[in-house]
Amino acid sequence: MEIIGLTVDRLHEALRARATSVREVCARTLERIEALNRQLGAFLTINRDEALRRAEELDGELARGDWRPLMGVPVAVKDNICTRGLRTTCASKILHNFVPPYNATAVERLLEAGAVIIGKTNCDEFAMGSSNENSAFGIVRNPWDAERVPGGSSGGSGAAVAADLCVVALGSDTGGSVRLPAAFCGVVGLKPTYGRVSRYGLVAYGSSLDQIGPITKTVADAARVLQVIAGRDPRDSTSSNHPVPDYLAALNGEIKGVRLGVPREYFGPGLDEEVKDAVWRAIHRFADLGAEIVEVRLPHTEYAIACYYIIATAEASSNLARYDGVRYGYRAEGARTLREMYRRTRHEGFGAEVKRRIMLGTYVLSAGYYDAYYLKALKVRALIERDFREAFARCDLIVGPTSPTVAFRLGEKMADPLAMYLSDVYTIMANLAAIPAISIPVGLSREGLPIGLQLHARPFEEATLLRVAHAYERAFPFSHKPPL
Amino acid sequence: MPITKSDVEKIAQLAHLELTEEEKEQFAVQLAAIVAYVEKLNELDTTDVPPMAHAGRDERADYAQRDDVISEGLGQELALRNAPDPARGYFRVPKVIEEG
Repeated sequence: MEIIGLTVDRLHEALRARATSVREVCARTLERIEALNRQLGAFLTINRDEALRRAEELDGELARGDWRPLMGVPVAVKDNICTRGLRTTCASKILHNFVPPYNATAVERLLEAGAVIIGKTNCDEFAMGSSNENSAFGIVRNPWDAERVPGGSSGGSGAAVAADLCVVALGSDTGGSVRLPAAFCGVVGLKPTYGRVSRYGLVAYGSSLDQIGPITKTVADAARVLQVIAGRDPRDSTSSNHPVPDYLAALNGEIKGVRLGVPREYFGPGLDEEVKDAVWRAIHRFADLGAEIVEVRLPHTEYAIACYYIIATAEASSNLARYDGVRYGYRAEGARTLREMYRRTRHEGFGAEVKRRIMLGTYVLSAGYYDAYYLKALKVRALIERDFREAFARCDLIVGPTSPTVAFRLGEKMADPLAMYLSDVYTIMANLAAIPAISIPVGLSREGLPIGLQLHARPFEEATLLRVAHAYERAFPFSHKPPL
Repeated sequence: MPITKSDVEKIAQLAHLELTEEEKEQFAVQLAAIVAYVEKLNELDTTDVPPMAHAGRDERADYAQRDDVISEGLGQELALRNAPDPARGYFRVPKVIEEG
């Protein structure tokens, strides 16, 4: 049987019917990675031997009649999420040889659930970027058009899911890094509420914004992965005690009476006409399915990028201070003093965008500028959060585009960092407000590129988010595949 | 506000980052553009707005802390395994005290 391109539920049907084995699934997936990765650049490390060893172990469990929620599912993991014994580079020269001595909690939970880690995916260096062009180990090409970016920063995970190089993937989302690649690659990407998934073992970028999230082919698969990775973790003091509901059970197709808020600010200047039309068409379809459409306001939207690039870089400049050549990773040769070793290691080890963000973050935190920039941004963040609270008093979910454009061309925005930052205009709001959001594919542009729609929910209401997204997907399935 | 090359040098020093002349010039231009953009925030009156210092403000979040119980750490061997220059159970580094 054809086992490439299956979703988790289809794969599970096949495994239960003994139509295939975990070993066969993994071997076929590895073959496909080997055939396509040279052109796509989606994987930085392929976990071939360990994946096949584990597949046989899981086949043994299956033969004994054991079952687990993600039994035999080949998972790709973004290379900023720690995997024990498997190189984790953050797509940076400074961690080119880092082999974590522990698993991230999300990875540990995937393994307990029976998943197979098939490899580590390319990304922007330390998750800083919107196009995956900031990787120290090469670009990722969009499976829909090799001359275009896959979106960033989890570009390898987005491309791997779209190109069927895995069944599901993990990404991380600090300002849209799960949702943007999902939109550009025509797949589903979920950023959970801040605190819903443990950040333990996720290499820190912006600690008050970072969340791990699934990138999948369907909403149901996103629900399955979230079910496994969500929940309190004693190793992350910002992980929440809030009970984890049954996300799969929530997928009942019910959409009647759901109030969908449409923020005027998400449809202003800068939004591509084709994207706008596709998103509006989808909004009308939600209405046809029984949702009530209401207008809401998010008046501080235009300040979100400025606010984000102060807070995220401030946190990054602090978090990335640890890369100094002492305990792990790259160390510059021949320095005569400790200070020189720090400075040269960081000069040689970090790429341009990472240096730029460390510089900006250091600047906004430095004496004389802290109040004017950093403190100001924290106050504006509070205003953005309040915008959402007020909007959610009038609606259950907020709907809009995931990105102002479809996937742009490789190199198009590399010379202008600010233009690149503007790609995140609709996604960073959820990170600043600490709320969950999902991107689902709702159509193709005339040039055949995927268009993503984004839904936001109140904190910890992932079940509502998934239910409504799933109802849409069931009624209007996105059945296109990239021309590979 | 303009950012000069000497501002860039000062920030780089704070961040323990060596930069080439070319990088210094490029960053001066780019950081000035980004800083000019983020000054947009000054359009907003935030006098009575309390800063949102951390993300977990929702009442449902309940970010409970764990009990203060001692647990196993990584141990010396594992902690040193990725070290560029381990020596006798330590991280070895170049000379700390610089000559005047």
